[in-house]
Amino acid sequence: MLTALIFMLGLGAVCGLILSVASKVFYVYEDPRIAEVESALAGANCGGCGFAGCSAAAVAVVSGQASPGVCIVGGPESAAKVAAIMGMDPGSAQAPVSQNECLGGFRADDKYFYNGVGSCRALSLVYGGKRTCRVGCMGLGDCIKACAFDAVHMGPDGYPVVDEVKCVGCGACEKACPKSIITVRTMSDRLLHFNQEDDPLAPCQQTCPAEINIPKYISQIREGDYEGAVHTIRERNPLLLTCGRVCPHPCENYCRRGIEDDEAVSINQLKRFVADYEMNSGKRIPIPCAPDTGKKVAVIGGGPAGLTCAYFLRRLGHDVTIFDMMPKLGGMVRYGIPEYRLPKEVLQWEIDGILGLGVKTQLNVKLGTDFTINSLIASGYEAVFLGIGAWKDYSLGVEGENLEGCYTGIDFLTRFARKQQGDSKENIYIGKKCAVVGGGNTAIDCVRTLIRLGAEEVSIVYRRTRKEMPANEVEIIAAEHEGVKFHFLAAPVKVIGDENGRVSQLEYLKMELGEPDASGRRRPVPVEGSETRLDIDMLVTAIGQGPDVSFTDEGKRIRDLNITRWKTIDNDPEVLQANIPYIFTGGDAATGASLVVEAIGGGRRAARSIHRYLSGEEVAPVTKSLRKKHIPESLFEMVPGVKKTKRTPMPELPVEDRIRSFAESDLVIQEQDALSESNRCLSCCRLCYNKDA
Amino acid sequence: MGEYILLALSCILINNILLAQYLGNCPFLGTSKKMETAVGMAMAVVFVLVLAGVITWVVDAYMLKKFGLEYLRTIAFILVIASLVQFVEMFLKKSIPALYAGLGIFLPLITTNCAVMGVCLININEEYTFMQALVASFSYASGFGLALILFAGVRERILLARVPKPLQDTSIGLITAGILSLAFLAFKGMV
Repeated sequence: MLTALIFMLGLGAVCGLILSVASKVFYVYEDPRIAEVESALAGANCGGCGFAGCSAAAVAVVSGQASPGVCIVGGPESAAKVAAIMGMDPGSAQAPVSQNECLGGFRADDKYFYNGVGSCRALSLVYGGKRTCRVGCMGLGDCIKACAFDAVHMGPDGYPVVDEVKCVGCGACEKACPKSIITVRTMSDRLLHFNQEDDPLAPCQQTCPAEINIPKYISQIREGDYEGAVHTIRERNPLLLTCGRVCPHPCENYCRRGIEDDEAVSINQLKRFVADYEMNSGKRIPIPCAPDTGKKVAVIGGGPAGLTCAYFLRRLGHDVTIFDMMPKLGGMVRYGIPEYRLPKEVLQWEIDGILGLGVKTQLNVKLGTDFTINSLIASGYEAVFLGIGAWKDYSLGVEGENLEGCYTGIDFLTRFARKQQGDSKENIYIGKKCAVVGGGNTAIDCVRTLIRLGAEEVSIVYRRTRKEMPANEVEIIAAEHEGVKFHFLAAPVKVIGDENGRVSQLEYLKMELGEPDASGRRRPVPVEGSETRLDIDMLVTAIGQGPDVSFTDEGKRIRDLNITRWKTIDNDPEVLQANIPYIFTGGDAATGASLVVEAIGGGRRAARSIHRYLSGEEVAPVTKSLRKKHIPESLFEMVPGVKKTKRTPMPELPVEDRIRSFAESDLVIQEQDALSESNRCLSCCRLCYNKDA
Repeated sequence: MGEYILLALSCILINNILLAQYLGNCPFLGTSKKMETAVGMAMAVVFVLVLAGVITWVVDAYMLKKFGLEYLRTIAFILVIASLVQFVEMFLKKSIPALYAGLGIFLPLITTNCAVMGVCLININEEYTFMQALVASFSYASGFGLALILFAGVRERILLARVPKPLQDTSIGLITAGILSLAFLAFKGMV
């Protein structure tokens, strides 16, 4: 017995001695936070987190590869402790609330009859839960059984309804749901959610660059809950008044109502209806923001991308300042879109709402001239969003385009918009016979503006045909109604001046369409000897625009910023981070001239990345990211039993009235029209089961 | 020589430590989610097991047996293996950082690994000579690595398949392990 005791004591002493000597001899400096984090984890060494034991998980947390909630055994307490050590936002300041993504709709036929156990989980084992499609509620109420607080009940349509007052955010319903229909999220999580392959998404929502939950707000309009609809849109798009007016609504191209000779639901009109409803109601619907984080972010450019990014970052609790070179915010939406399409008063109301959240502004300062990225970083901004837009007109590259009386599209529109808003007193020359070169929205905006300014004859010169024009169809039709002449298949080759150096004629070559090019449009080929001259006294070229990246010449660090060969700022398309890690970019500056709604989607995507960057998390891409791709099975080819109904027409000012003034030409639809239009929605991808089966 | 090859074969395939003896199940399930992790763990086990097998054999032969203290074998081995792993970890961290980066994070997992302990005890129970113990330790460790890497490959494929929700993750992992084990059963009687 004594021998054993002595032996064990001796062995222990030897081992201990060796180890203590070794720890001195082999001492290596290690981030002290690793040990702290490790002590906050459960210490089970179970590997359930996917790392090799607790210390490996702690290393991963400290190096930013894992989130504070990595420990599956420790649960929320462990996550809070780790977040405190790492100085991260554990997200616990906001109460998570359960929400049913599925709001009901028409019923679909089942693929098969199910007679099994009355549980979603059991049903989901059969055919992987596909009754009609793989997304959507199964309606057997596992979430209701799982809720210990009686906060979920079966609604009248057979879909679970959450009582937000009773919900404590425990997450039991989410765990019980085999289809991720019911989710428990904080507000920040909801704002930063992007479309994923396994989300229940209607085709319109998959198409929308801003990813607005379209069927949800339409169903809220149907129920008369206009405030709720505004709230739903604002979770994805803060510029609903603007988009309601100027968005070319790509979503409507994918509307299932629009297949089989029926007409698509007028989604954008409905958005405009609720947006105008809020503005005309005289009071703003309060927008909740997360508690302040104290992190400073600079947003450069107050256009749609910048405003959206600032709005989401502010709602996530960050301290945001918008820097803009113009005297007023809005960017291209204010200076590029004419008054008759988007009244400045409406835009200002919308911007005031965003600034009212506590977003700060610095106006009349230009990047590269008045400040640099370096000066922002030096004054304590931790991340920078570059939403500087595409303001530089491409030049035509033909002889004589710099003659007096020749202008470029964006430049012309901006100067006129500044004068109209009283920002400048400059006199703007308007010709009698004007020609605008180009077929995009800028060209159409120019011709419609010129008509309103009293030009006698306004023509568009475009080198392809009307079918290839990139401008919105409604805009082209409106321009036709307003008396614009169109010269199609005409490529300008020379601008001819008179003896005073003023433009007097535009010479163009007639074209014919050849083989389709890379963009799928048929390439125009010139016809030999077909030179034609057009008498003009003013020429506006609006053949496209790109970002002005001259600011990269200023400052040492910024010279390393990668610029693509289209002069846009290079970024990771999934997280929008530039090659300099604290710079994020979106909107036209990153994509080249594109839609407002595209810039809004980019602004929110950048806000997600910036939020992750500021919280010390890895700026990782969205898992199963959909990014405007479509879920094939959700694009069903036919909808049986749907009665065809006419789409509500857009009310417009009569042509005689609108060409004499800059009053808004498109009007908002009436309430009863909005209600009947909302009933045309088929609530796609929210139907999966027959509750009586 | 033939005897050693036979011993190695029997340790790797027939008496595979994971699939036939069912030792070391925690790292088998815990570190088999990613191939990268599995390879790291397998290397660390080979490294530690060879060292532990040899040192425990020496401890047993020259200390325990000498003083007639065989009944202290388990507790003494635990102490020795735990200290050894800690020592190796510290040594690697300072001296061979590259190797430490490769296996370092897996070493603490092995501190209390039943596979290591099991092999050391088997070496003694089978009354192996020093050379035999060395070969057996290495072979058992290789068998561990083989099974773990095979299993990780299977689990990576399973991630892509549609698994019913109640069976996901560890449940399907255990089922897979069972099937893999059945496959290894076929080696029984080969030697």
